[in-house]
Amino acid sequence: MTPTPDRTRARHDHPALLEARGLAFARNDEPIFGPLDFALHPGEVVLIEGDNGSGKTTLLRVLSGLLAPTSGEIRLNDEPLTLARLSPQVALLSHQGGLKFELGAIENLRFAAGLHGVRSGISPATALAGVGLDGYADVPVRQLSAGQKKRVALARVLLAPVGLWLLDEPYANLDLDGIKLVNRLLENHANRGGAALITSHGAYAYTSGTPRRIPLRPASSAIDDRGTA
Amino acid sequence: MKPGSTTAACAALIRRDLTLVWRRRGDAVNPILFALIVVALFPLALGPEPEQLRRIAAGVVFVAILLAGLLALDTLFRGDYEDGSLEQLVLSPHPLSLLLACKIVVHWLTTALPLILVAPLLGELLHLAEPLRWLLPGALLLATPLLSLLGAVCVALTVGMHRSGMLLALLVLPLYVPVLIFGAGACNAAQAGLPFIAPLLWLGAALVLALVLAPLACAAALRISLS
Repeated sequence: MTPTPDRTRARHDHPALLEARGLAFARNDEPIFGPLDFALHPGEVVLIEGDNGSGKTTLLRVLSGLLAPTSGEIRLNDEPLTLARLSPQVALLSHQGGLKFELGAIENLRFAAGLHGVRSGISPATALAGVGLDGYADVPVRQLSAGQKKRVALARVLLAPVGLWLLDEPYANLDLDGIKLVNRLLENHANRGGAALITSHGAYAYTSGTPRRIPLRPASSAIDDRGTA
Repeated sequence: MKPGSTTAACAALIRRDLTLVWRRRGDAVNPILFALIVVALFPLALGPEPEQLRRIAAGVVFVAILLAGLLALDTLFRGDYEDGSLEQLVLSPHPLSLLLACKIVVHWLTTALPLILVAPLLGELLHLAEPLRWLLPGALLLATPLLSLLGAVCVALTVGMHRSGMLLALLVLPLYVPVLIFGAGACNAAQAGLPFIAPLLWLGAALVLALVLAPLACAAALRISLS
């Protein structure tokens, strides 16, 4: 596909944490999104907007490296991302959350800490307190509400020692407090030099500052948003 | 910002999987019950003559344990796939094949090892011949890890499909047949007073090969299943 040359303007201060060039994805010859060109720099929060079925989930899975793009290139810290060599620099929050329902919230976070490592200055317990679930440490995730499960999953993202967050519908299932919490987490993450790409169908947008938006339109009609199925 | 060590990741994964098995320990008994039922039905169908049962004992126990293992195989990655933990494993900075090897080891420890421990009891139900009392568990000790490793690759390939049970069996059984032939063959040879070391050595060689290659194949298959 056509790589777009005009990225020099954005590159003068920092290398982009994430850069997509001519990124497109098609399933069974049916285009899902793209081609897209964008770069994500430290301190940026970018909102991917689109209707149901416009390929938001699929885009995040492609950017995390779980799906190979049909064409185009993804670069993380100026290095190409390939399916064989996934980047350890990405934390993905997907629809399923990646939590074990039989385990307590803190057990889930301890496992995540062992698997991905821990950001310095934070522990599973403080991450759990940071998402407002103080006192729920030993409650099995099965017994938590959908919004509380989302908060535990957010605590997992918060814990990961990575610069780039890919959050799929982080506002779904959350109450007003939770929405403010997500915004605060995103703001803090951006302030310490991280970047985040979040999807939303527009109901609860990131409110701090004016985030850049990447509109996604269905590349063709009648494609469902089943990136995770 | 430093990722943890690979050893810590493997330890965390093993601890989590063992905790999960403990929390669902009711399910963990199912394969044993299944094998027990299968073995207990044979004397009812064939009649209680010890001579007749002794002739088929090793083979029946082998098949029962193989099928019980097949029953438990689908749970290897299913839960992790459905709740999204599998993509977290794939996205971790550690070698996926190593993490999957840890999962397979835990799965073998919690499903196959209990079956091997009850194998002498199953043999007793069928009047297992005296010289086989130690050989049968020994052959199973070589055969069941091989079954788990081969099965894991097939599970990784089919985990993305709903209701993959029959397909999984079709994929797995051709790979299981040689293991069954060598394992049960060694027992039958010993019972007939023939040398039985060669088939066991074949099993051992295949196990070493699978230990190295199966986790790699498993990782590749899972990446395909997740996309």
